[in-house]
Parts: sequence; structure tokens; C-alpha cells
Amino acid sequence: MILSTSLTSAALVSQRVEVIAVAAGICAVILELIRRKHLMERYAILWLFLGFTILVLAAWKGLLTSLSHAAGIYYPPAALFAVAFLFVLALLLHFSIVLSRLSDQNKILAQRLALLQQQLDERHREDGGNESPVHQSSRAS
Amino acid sequence: MNSNLAIVPAHNEEGAIGQTIAALHRWAPDFDVLVIDDGSTDRTGAVATAAGAVVLRMPYNLGIGGGMQTGYIYANENGYEIAVQVDGDGQHDPRQIKDLLECLEAHPDLNMVTGSRFLDANGEGYRSSAARRVGIRIFAGVLSLVTGQKVTDPTSGFRLTDRRGIELFANDYPIDYPEVEAIMLMHTHRLRSREVPVVMEPRLTGESAISSFQSVYYMVKVLLAVFVSLFRKRPVREAAAPTAIEQVR
Repeated sequence: MILSTSLTSAALVSQRVEVIAVAAGICAVILELIRRKHLMERYAILWLFLGFTILVLAAWKGLLTSLSHAAGIYYPPAALFAVAFLFVLALLLHFSIVLSRLSDQNKILAQRLALLQQQLDERHREDGGNESPVHQSSRAS
Repeated sequence: MNSNLAIVPAHNEEGAIGQTIAALHRWAPDFDVLVIDDGSTDRTGAVATAAGAVVLRMPYNLGIGGGMQTGYIYANENGYEIAVQVDGDGQHDPRQIKDLLECLEAHPDLNMVTGSRFLDANGEGYRSSAARRVGIRIFAGVLSLVTGQKVTDPTSGFRLTDRRGIELFANDYPIDYPEVEAIMLMHTHRLRSREVPVVMEPRLTGESAISSFQSVYYMVKVLLAVFVSLFRKRPVREAAAPTAIEQVR
């Protein structure tokens, strides 16, 4: 509050415009990443939600203040940091879960590959060849 | 094809694997030998193939748990009745496989028999670092408490399982350092195990999977896994039920 009284209203407006621009930029980057298929929709939703939240808070003057007062927090930035921190924690946990699942799926694939390659080698040996071409190329790499 | 399978995990063991396979052929002739070449960068796979083993070559180093499970999947899909784990580095004496097998045959209610270094009254156990021994003690205490059955050598990888054990491990096997957790897994699924005394040799070559630096992490991770598994549902095993695994998976 002390800070805002020392700023002119013009400076405040330009600050809000900057924040809106940043939020819009985040959303645009996420959408572009989805378009290029660098980011799957299921993982993009959380990020889009983040960009959208910043956008709303920046555009809707007084929303953050009234929300944080309603929650009993009288310094609005503290409420913002708390929510942002929880969001980041949730995101990290989400990634850990995804990683665990991916490594389990990866293990299953590797096991199946080894089993299939053994069968293929055996088949080739029965046919009179020595080893399958797949096998040789994988060793050369 | 035999109905018994010896699963030999090996990671860069070209110096020892040939001898291990030869000893298995000699002392356990009714066991087929399957070598899990877990991403070796040396000639382990080629040496094992030349020695007459079936080799499963992992595309990268999966770690002992993922590798062993592949062996159990192979055993399961090829209809083996008995599977025994024998380390590729020469620690486990193939002559003692028959001790494990006899114990399993003598007790039809058992699903797994583990070779323990600490059961033999006059055996000197196993020369390893003091820290590792403390770790083994702690695991042994915790597992004995949880399973209500005396466990003396929870980290022994010298294990023989029946068909039920094979099916369970093919479907679910702990990753990283699996031995301790596998005992919990057996307990959770109400399969029964027992230990018999064995003598283990010092390693021929190669390095242990667990360095002293990692052992604290190992302790914490395995204790966490054991703790969490206390809260898993224990399927009720019925006399005629095929296995309890399907209910969980």
C-alpha cells in the first residue's frame, strides 16, 4: 500500500499492461509448443492454467486483494507466493509420478525387447544362420 | 529342455561367467542355464553363449531387479517349474543348488528356499565390510519381525523358487536392490519361504552392485519399501486358487 501511493496511476496502468503481456506471452508459448507437438495437451493444461490465472489476476484489478483478504491474508503478494509455491509443488509431484510410470513402462519394453531378440536369434540359429542382423547392428552401435 | 532353470544375472563378468556356466552344467545338469546380460560393455554375452547358455541381452543396464525379473518372465513363459538364481560372479556354489532343491522337495508347502550365509554354525559367514553386516542385521531383524519367521540372510541372491514364485516374480519384482523386498513380496502374497545354510565364495572378478557410498541410500530405500508394503492388501490364498497375483495386478 505504501508502494502504490508513491506510484502515479499511469505507472500502475503500464505495470498492469506489462503483466498482462507476460501472461499472454506464456499462454502463447504453451499453445505454440502444443502446435509444434513439443508438448502434449495433457501436460500443457497445467501450464495454460498458470498463464490464465496470471492473466486474470493482472486484468481484474482488486481481485487478488479481495481474494487474499477473504482468505485472511492481509498482504496480497504473500497469498500469491503461497499459491504459486503450492502450484509448483503440485507440478513437481505430477512430474515425479509421470517419471515413475515412464520408467516402469520403459523397463517392460526393455525386457520384452530382450526376450524377443533371444527368440529371434534362436530362430536364426535353427535356420542355419549365426545371428540375426538386428542383433549385430545393435552390438555395433 | 529341462523343467528347471538357473537364472544367472551378469554385468561385465566376462572373466567369471564361463566358469560359472561350466560349474552349473557340471553340478546342476538338470538345470537349463539362462544368463541375463544386463547391458555389459565387455564380452559377457558372447562368452556365455559360447559356454552353452541361453543369453538374454538387455538393451541397456536395467539394474539387478529388472534383469532378474526378465529371467522370471522367461521361466514363466517357457513353463519352467523351478527357477534358481545364481550370481554370475562365482559367489554361489552350484553344488549347493541340490541342497536348496532337496529342501523344497521335502517341504511341499514351501515356495522359495534361500541359501543363507549365516545359518551354518561353524561357517565363518561371509567376509564383508562391517557397515554392510550392520545393514544385513537390521534388514534381518525387520523382516523377521514383519514376517514372523526367522530371516538370517535377507540380501542373499541365492534363491530357488517353485512355479508359484516364478509366476509372482514374473508379474511383480522389485527394482534396484530386490532381495529384501522380494521377501516382503512373498510375505504379502502369502507364499512361504525358508532358509538353508550355504557357504559363499569371495567374488571371482567384477565389482559388487552396491558401493559403500550407495549403502545408506540402499538402506533407506529398502526400509521405505518394506514399510510401505506393510500397508498393501494381502490377498487371501485359497487352496485351489491358481495364484493370488491376478487379483493384485
